[in-house]
Amino acid sequence: MFEQYYPIAVLVLLATVLSIIVVFLSRIMGPRRPTPKKSAPYESGMSPIGPAVRRLPIKFYLVAVLFILFDIEVIFLLPYATLVRELGVYGLIATGIFVFILTIGLVYEWKKGALDWE
Amino acid sequence: MLDQANFLVPPIYYVALSGILFILGMVGVLLRRNAILIFMSVELMLNSANLAFVAFARSFLDVNGQVFVFFVMTVAAVEVAVGLALIVAIFRTRRSIDIDELHSMEG
Amino acid sequence: MQLPILESINLMAVLPVLIIAGWACVLLVFDLLIPRSRKHWTAWLALVGLLGAAVALFFQIGHFARLGSEAAFDGMVTVDGFSIFLQVVFVLTAIVGVLLALDYLPRHGIERGEYYVLLLFTTIGMMIMSMAADLIVVFVALELLSIPLYILSGFAGMRETSEEAALKYFLLGAFASSFLVYGIALTYGGTGTTRLTGIAQAVTSDALNLPLTTVGMGLLLVGLGFKVAAVPFHMWTPDVYQGAPTPVTAFMSVGAKAGGFAALIRVLVTAFPAIASEWGTLIAVIAGLTMLLGNIVAISQSNIKRMLAYSSIAHAGYILLAVAAAQRSENASFAIGAVVFYLLAYALTNLGAFTVAIAVERDDGTGTEIDDFAGLGKTRPWMALAMALFMLSLTGMPISGGLVGKVFVFQAALQAVPGDPLLLAVVIIGVLTSVVSAFYYLKVIMVMYMREGEGKAVLPLALKTVLAATAFGTLVLGIIPGPVFQMAQRAMLK
Repeated sequence: MFEQYYPIAVLVLLATVLSIIVVFLSRIMGPRRPTPKKSAPYESGMSPIGPAVRRLPIKFYLVAVLFILFDIEVIFLLPYATLVRELGVYGLIATGIFVFILTIGLVYEWKKGALDWE
Repeated sequence: MLDQANFLVPPIYYVALSGILFILGMVGVLLRRNAILIFMSVELMLNSANLAFVAFARSFLDVNGQVFVFFVMTVAAVEVAVGLALIVAIFRTRRSIDIDELHSMEG
Repeated sequence: MQLPILESINLMAVLPVLIIAGWACVLLVFDLLIPRSRKHWTAWLALVGLLGAAVALFFQIGHFARLGSEAAFDGMVTVDGFSIFLQVVFVLTAIVGVLLALDYLPRHGIERGEYYVLLLFTTIGMMIMSMAADLIVVFVALELLSIPLYILSGFAGMRETSEEAALKYFLLGAFASSFLVYGIALTYGGTGTTRLTGIAQAVTSDALNLPLTTVGMGLLLVGLGFKVAAVPFHMWTPDVYQGAPTPVTAFMSVGAKAGGFAALIRVLVTAFPAIASEWGTLIAVIAGLTMLLGNIVAISQSNIKRMLAYSSIAHAGYILLAVAAAQRSENASFAIGAVVFYLLAYALTNLGAFTVAIAVERDDGTGTEIDDFAGLGKTRPWMALAMALFMLSLTGMPISGGLVGKVFVFQAALQAVPGDPLLLAVVIIGVLTSVVSAFYYLKVIMVMYMREGEGKAVLPLALKTVLAATAFGTLVLGIIPGPVFQMAQRAMLK
């Protein structure tokens, strides 16, 4: 029953083997003249000093949290969108109530200043 | 009741996978000491339940199980919101989210 | 495509919930317009909403008496005597929750309008929980109950203990919820439905997948056991009760517990009658352990909130015993009557006890030791008298609701399976641990009357009202329990 997956398996195998060969070839055939500048890790032209993970402002958490809440509500709207004609007025009212409650949440966070960056 | 025929991958495989994920999550909760990692393990447990729901719903050709997944996802999102806010608040005051350091109350 | 028609949605049947839900949303926006120094307006508005729901409930009682129970949302929820009785308890508890916070929040510098909004939301969760007829509703209601409570227990954010309580409650609560969800998933896999009555039918049919269903029910019990603080899932209770702001503790010790028991009874009695003797045995064992642990550990507590936390674990044990007694359908109505009666008596008594604790607590969150009650007998004679009544009621002494509740519970357990050694043993444990509990409850009375102390307490009008009402209720339940118990017995599941 897995027959249809054989081409994918072949592709994965080929890709793996090829990339190993290429990396290996450049290792043995390319010239190697390391200098301190060259062996330093590349960071978009910035000098790599300080901890690898930089601290993000705590505001990002707030945005992320608010984003999750509004993002996830799409899963209720998507099924409605596919059946919008069959559900008719009933669906419109039900979805309307749902979106209205969401709007209350939006008004609340707006007024509380959660959407202001500064 | 679980009809094994007519499926490319039998539903019971998915249920077994969900069981493994659930146990992994549970072990994670019990062994980890970092609040964020504990919370991620809880999310893993919730999502393993989602997988089981979808697998069962598919094998029963019943839509209720899939509807349940919507609710679980929503609730999980709400838990993320509340949980992250609490963890950030704790981190701000104590600079640590190790749950072993939460022992200001004894008795 | 078949659409649910308006009659099957039956919005009138869930009117009290709709009133509170709509009001909570309005209040959330309205609170933004209220200036910071006037947040008590939000409290009064929340009370208006709760009173509106109480009026709707009153009409619903009349409606129920004439027409009996009804279903709503296409059978997803059932409005029967059980749910109406518990909804009354929840709305009363929420009213008390608002009154207790009225002075407490500004005194402790944590007054924010969100307290009242969150309180309304969690009340909705409890109310829906009591009428759940489908596992989806059980899950959503449980989360609606829990998530606002996580936030409320961290409401005194600048206090380390409150933050800690919130995080512990949240992590363990989320852990428990995932057990519940996985249990529901397996039950669904075993029976093919999430409707409680559908599960009951499937359990007796050939199509059942027994291993999946059994494991599913076990995980469901774990999830609900966390919520009602049954041993061995009780670890969160003492820290959360101690760390949360006291009005929140009072509210959740009553509301969240009753909500958890409502779901437990709905699920066990409605969905799994076919394997009743199995879960009956399991619940009886858990009940015995819970009584033992709660009562014994409570003895060594010096903090009143922590002591009441262990006491609440112990009382969960007594209520579980009555749940175990509901295993036989002939006895179910008496046992469920005993459960809801006990919940009501416990609600009144415990809210009263916490009211006294709030009056004694100082503005910085200290003053929660039992020693701080010293001298109250002289300085605040009426309050001390009320506290003495609550302590006697929690012990199960005469003329209090606590005694009557315990008698009903033990009677239900003895009737359940006549001659069953396990239930008999648990009843004996229950009686013995009640005697043990006298040690720590009477200690509070002794400290109040026998020991010299400042006996300082702040008792504004709102607290006085609550104190008078709860003391009166406890006495009424203790002296003339008959009418209420008859109502409780009619609170049968449909």
